Amino acid sequence: MDILTLFVVVPVLTVVALVFSKGIKAYRLVAAIGMGIQTLMSFNLLYQFLQLREAGNTDVMLFTKDVLWFAPMNIHYAIGVDGISVLMILLTSIIVLTGTFVSWKVNDLPKEFFISLIVLASGVFGFFISVDLFTMFVFYEIAVIPMFLLIGIWGTGPREYAAMKLTLMLMGASALLLVGLLGVYFNSNADGGALTFNIFEISKVHIPLAAQKLFFPFLFIGFAVIGAFFPFHTWSPDGHASAPTAVSMLHAGVLMKLGGYGIFRVAMFVMPDGAHYWANFFMVFAVIGVFYGALAAIKQKDLKYINAYSSVSHLGLVLLALLMMNEVAWKGAMLQSLSHGFITALFFALIGMIYGRTHTRIVTKMGGLLNVIPILGALYVIAGMANLGLPGFSGFVAEMNIFVGAFQHTDTFHRVITIIAVSSIVVTAVYILRVVGMMLMGPTTPEFKNLPKITWYERTGTYILVLFITLIGIFPFWWGGIITESIGPFIKNLL
Amino acid sequence: MNWNTMLLMRQEIVLTIVILVLLLADVFVTKDKKTVNYIAIGLFAIHTLIGFLPLDAGSLFGDSFRTSPLIFGFKNVLNVGVLLIIMQSASWLNSKMLQYQKIGEFYALIFSSLLGMYFMISAGNFLMLYLGLELSTLPVAALAAYDIHSRKSSEAGIKLILSAALSSGVLLFGVSILYAANGSMYFANIHDNLGHSYLTIMGLVMFFSGLAFKISLVPFHFWTADVYEGAPTPVSNYLSVISKASAVFILMFVLFITLRELKDIWTPMLYIVSVLTMFIGNFFALRQQNLKRFLAFSSVAQAGFIMMGMLAANDLAVSTVVYFLAIYIFSNIGAFGVVQAVSIASGKENIDDYNGLYRTNPMMSLAIMIALFSLAGVPPIAGFFGKFFLYTSAASQGYYALVFIAVVNVTISLYYYLLVVRAAFLRNSETPIPYFRSDLLTRIGIIIVMIGLFFLGLYSPFYDYIQEVSKIVGI
Repeated sequence: MDILTLFVVVPVLTVVALVFSKGIKAYRLVAAIGMGIQTLMSFNLLYQFLQLREAGNTDVMLFTKDVLWFAPMNIHYAIGVDGISVLMILLTSIIVLTGTFVSWKVNDLPKEFFISLIVLASGVFGFFISVDLFTMFVFYEIAVIPMFLLIGIWGTGPREYAAMKLTLMLMGASALLLVGLLGVYFNSNADGGALTFNIFEISKVHIPLAAQKLFFPFLFIGFAVIGAFFPFHTWSPDGHASAPTAVSMLHAGVLMKLGGYGIFRVAMFVMPDGAHYWANFFMVFAVIGVFYGALAAIKQKDLKYINAYSSVSHLGLVLLALLMMNEVAWKGAMLQSLSHGFITALFFALIGMIYGRTHTRIVTKMGGLLNVIPILGALYVIAGMANLGLPGFSGFVAEMNIFVGAFQHTDTFHRVITIIAVSSIVVTAVYILRVVGMMLMGPTTPEFKNLPKITWYERTGTYILVLFITLIGIFPFWWGGIITESIGPFIKNLL
Repeated sequence: MNWNTMLLMRQEIVLTIVILVLLLADVFVTKDKKTVNYIAIGLFAIHTLIGFLPLDAGSLFGDSFRTSPLIFGFKNVLNVGVLLIIMQSASWLNSKMLQYQKIGEFYALIFSSLLGMYFMISAGNFLMLYLGLELSTLPVAALAAYDIHSRKSSEAGIKLILSAALSSGVLLFGVSILYAANGSMYFANIHDNLGHSYLTIMGLVMFFSGLAFKISLVPFHFWTADVYEGAPTPVSNYLSVISKASAVFILMFVLFITLRELKDIWTPMLYIVSVLTMFIGNFFALRQQNLKRFLAFSSVAQAGFIMMGMLAANDLAVSTVVYFLAIYIFSNIGAFGVVQAVSIASGKENIDDYNGLYRTNPMMSLAIMIALFSLAGVPPIAGFFGKFFLYTSAASQGYYALVFIAVVNVTISLYYYLLVVRAAFLRNSETPIPYFRSDLLTRIGIIIVMIGLFFLGLYSPFYDYIQEVSKIVGI
């Protein structure tokens, strides 16, 4: 078994072990062990990846493996990773692990909860290792479907509505994606040669311009919907608000990253001309998303809605950066994906913990919590500061790169777009400081005078996330280096 | 003619023997009629196994009857389907029909109908096709009305026989026009001297309409929901998979090979019918409460997807359609199987009745979820692969707009499939369907279906084989 396939096999084995285990303690243990192994494996992968690069291996994709699956269609199970996928896998495994710890207290159908969570994770891992469009699509849908059960069964509020909306919108997007994939597939023999789903083989082919113009929007929108692309972002706030804590974490932290990653890895890579043709059009929507998300976050009272809209805004930046199509902006986009993954996961974990104590998520009903639950409060401030881009945390590094990249375009259109996007940072500061001020500072609300202290499993989960947020912030060049080196071949194809 | 050539009809011969033995057994078993169930299922299982022995390609009776690895393989698929259906019907017969001593003829009728399907898909000329079609339809009408004390069942029987009679009339009319225009009944000869005269086109339209009744394509689908709802569940199941699949199969043969010259006529026809069938099937399914009606409309919509796959009219289309049919048979049998098990145990057939089913009957809920996800086309379940290959087939000839319409429809259909999942998993109920344990055969059947639903998709040699044998068009 190769090192990458194990990332799908271990979750599947964990699910099997869960099916055969009995008792809530066993479920938690099995899930934690399985995802713990997964995390160790992802560190090992990072280590081995760096070793190989050190040794001078300059292939675009490492650890590649290619097994013919459906011979008549030339469908392969083709896998491989570059630096970006390795980092994404690392992000995913950490968030799933912390998510498992955060869900320690799930007691309604715990077995099914962990199974759905881990099936979702296996889809995400599979997505990040695929280099064959068919395999990638299969994993993408595997990652989406468990959300229906996760939100529908363990969610709060209008959970059925949210689950249905999320599933239908994401599956609708994947339907668009499918048309795009077929369009690419049947044009992959444009230079002679066989039809193929392998993105690296397709990228060598010059797909006719007309086809690129036609199918690029399908691929772009198909991926962008899961990246909360305005105006198709509406599933995200409702989904986040209703989802249980671990699912919100995974959803905002990882699942929404599939969008940006897919656009970078597939849409723009296989159809560079289409990307140039459509970039400005989609950029307008992306920047609306950035600004609108931030404004909408100001108006919200529910903590989860605030962070959901904040995600819309921050992931809008990822899409915007991708559409800027230069190396610095792309580096920023990838860093933003990572950084936003850790920050939002931390946010949602904290919101879950606060909600578990106060049983409300309405900001105006809480006050002075910093006095009662100092560690959680402090962590929330850290997450907030990281989110608004304070230097020293990951958010700053990512946004800095994005804006520097965006400013490299000198024409008026890009300038205007960039300035609007930059000004959204101010709005971000407003909604984050507002929450911190109302919820954490000031006199403590009487009914929340006695709240339980933070527990060991909550500490484990949150500390890990804070660690990574600061690691990116303090060593941006190390992360940036891995990313820049991986972006190279992709940006070259585009220019 | 000698015995060796007669062996080409091995499946038909064995099935005839099964029917005869079964009829005799029904007479001789007088004490415990339940045994007849097991005799029938056992005999049919043996027949299914024998079916997998290799068989040559060839033709009999001056090309009236032909067989090829594809036809032969498809009969095996039908066999497995029927075996799964009768495994599920035993419990229904035991609970409802034992008191009337009406066990044996159920199987005899279902097997006769299957025999008709065999002849229909093996047909080398229109006469054999028509004979097979009639043989396959008449017993099903009797089966639909099998529940003698249910008015709905009788209504279903009457509806089915009337619409079937009308449709065979229309089909026969089409066939006779084609004969008049070309002077031959044989597929091979018609192919050689087919013109674009109005007469042939009219023949084509009539023939197509006749088969469209069987496949329940829009606008010939009106009988579907009422019959499925009224007929006993195993019979609805049979109608929705076996009957539909074999009609699609022979339609494909006739259109792709015999009437290929009229491709410019039937391509737009299929296109329009496909779009209408998908949309109307899906929109009607959205509002259904009764699960059998729900599955009826869902199966109408699925037929639309099949027509989309057929449009390419090449070898790829043949292989993807046959592959999809095999998977569709499994998925629908799974869904109907659960509906029937729940219906026998609790008498409930509405979606709302399934509220909270997972908490009382987790295995049944999982089974229906997997079956419905397969119908909706969610990976890694086989239905996804089936649908994906149908899109591939349509897109290979540039029908991207149709693929787009189809994926929109998949999203619509996902909504109503999720309604059932929502009821079973998300909702709680004050009075959920209590825990029940269905009989062994039903459970084995559902387990086989579930294994099949993962296996048929992920195990690619299955598709490779189908692709290998379906090179019949030559493009």
